[in-house]
Amino acid sequence: MTTQFFGDTAILLGRSLRHITRSLDTIITTAVTPIAMMLLFVYVFGGAISASSDSYVNYLLPGILIITIASGISYTGFRLFLDMKSGIFERFHSMPIARSSVLWAHVLTSLVANLISLFVVVLVALLMGFRSGAGVLAWLAVVGILGLFTLALTWLAVIPGLTAKTADGASAFAYPLVFLPFISSAFVPTDTMPGPVRAFAEHQPVTSIVDAIRAIFAQQAVGTDIWIALAWCVGILVVAYVVAMITYRRKTA
Amino acid sequence: MTAAATAEPAIRVEGLDKSYKTLHVLRGVDFEVARGSIFALLGANGAGKTTIIKILSTLLRADAGSASVNGFDVVARAADVRESISLTGQFAAVDEILTGRENLVLVARLRHLTGAGAIADELLERFSLSDAATRRVSEYSGGMRRRLDIAMSLVGDPRVIFLDEPTTGLDPQARLEVWRAVRDLAGRGTTVLLTTQNLDEAEALADRIAILHGGRIIVSGTLAELKKLLPPATVEYAEKQPTLEDVFLALVGEEPRKEPR
Ligand SMILES: Nc1ncnc2c1ncn2[C@@H]1O[C@H](COP(=O)(O)OP(=O)(O)O)[C@@H](O)[C@H]1O
Ligand SMILES: [Mg+2]
Repeated sequence: MTTQFFGDTAILLGRSLRHITRSLDTIITTAVTPIAMMLLFVYVFGGAISASSDSYVNYLLPGILIITIASGISYTGFRLFLDMKSGIFERFHSMPIARSSVLWAHVLTSLVANLISLFVVVLVALLMGFRSGAGVLAWLAVVGILGLFTLALTWLAVIPGLTAKTADGASAFAYPLVFLPFISSAFVPTDTMPGPVRAFAEHQPVTSIVDAIRAIFAQQAVGTDIWIALAWCVGILVVAYVVAMITYRRKTA
Repeated sequence: MTAAATAEPAIRVEGLDKSYKTLHVLRGVDFEVARGSIFALLGANGAGKTTIIKILSTLLRADAGSASVNGFDVVARAADVRESISLTGQFAAVDEILTGRENLVLVARLRHLTGAGAIADELLERFSLSDAATRRVSEYSGGMRRRLDIAMSLVGDPRVIFLDEPTTGLDPQARLEVWRAVRDLAGRGTTVLLTTQNLDEAEALADRIAILHGGRIIVSGTLAELKKLLPPATVEYAEKQPTLEDVFLALVGEEPRKEPR
């Protein structure tokens, strides 16, 4: 049963990866908005925003990576929605395959697609002068955090992907997530913000994730941020996974 | 008679009942489909044909009653049912981004068959899709898509095939192609349960026909048996043989509005 699950998931993953490689434009689109924001903030607002670090690109990149993921997972919801609507899910479900494979293939595809988009964004940041003395392990830690965050948001995206009535509905839920970094430490330090805004900014997941990644890139002590960041990621992941699975079971009787 | 054991029907449906919230769609549906035959489930739009197909293909659970396919209960032995069947849903369930051949290979691999490529090529040939094999399905016409859809259902030679309105939305030419494919299937010993709103289609293809109306099978039998159900007076006045349409309308009552053809 479990070997069948892995085999079926691999076959279905191959299928959805083809969707990705044949519509590379979606990956480009995913990367374009964050890159545009990065250009805007660095070359237009950058002079006026005096952040503590020497290079504003260095300061900005972690938040930009979060935005990349948030806009990337809207495509996950969209792709899932298309499969639900097209009837291909019903074909798969009427076949002798592990049903959860169908969902896992989408989730893993989301992970791959987002990692490609993140890679593109980091390349552009390097061209814009992003520098980090972080070693291989530190980079792996960053990839790990971002991967975990992507996984958490992907399971979140599965819920509207399964339940939405329209394609817009399936992807629209991601928009608030894209704006979450703006009320966080992603672009400016939170201590400049007025009371209630600051309280929100300092207690939402993006700030801890951004601060942790920023510290790793700068080779500083990450402190408690990393644990808060991981707790957020795992918390969102578990809740979203459970709700998504219940929704999936209900949808597939 | 030893025939009794082997004549176990391919599909047996007993007292099937299903509601969607307050909408009571199936109210005790009974029918049987003999192995190797083509059985048409005839009913107007919204009669519950797709609901029955979904229950039989383990996508949906009935509220009451029982159903078995290839001798397996659809609830208790769902995995065995899935091994035995193939579903061609009401809307072509093909992957638009993949090519025709890739779609077939995908299904063959998911069915854990060896030689997926050869199976795909054979089916492409059989459904006259060889020339379009390496083109993306998004470029296919409606008829080609439906043919591919049916071809995908034949991968692995399932014992029982469900075709939910296989020709709805197709032009006459494509419809004839699908009909040929269905007859070909039955010739190979596959059991076919097809649904249709189209009386000519049932008349042209099916060994037995059941009319689903008001949540029940109101009549079922061969075409000849159904024609006998017509009141004799009507037959006398008819200039030619009564069509299935005459039978259908006589049984369910003439609808106030008739869909233009
Ligand atoms: N998931 C659903 N939720 C609520 N109502 C449904 C659902 N699926 C079908 N129905 C309704 O049940 C009735 C029968 O539907 P269906 O089985 O699709 O009929 P048919 O295939 O014969 O056209 C229709 O009135 C339809 O609107
Ligand atoms: Mg239907």
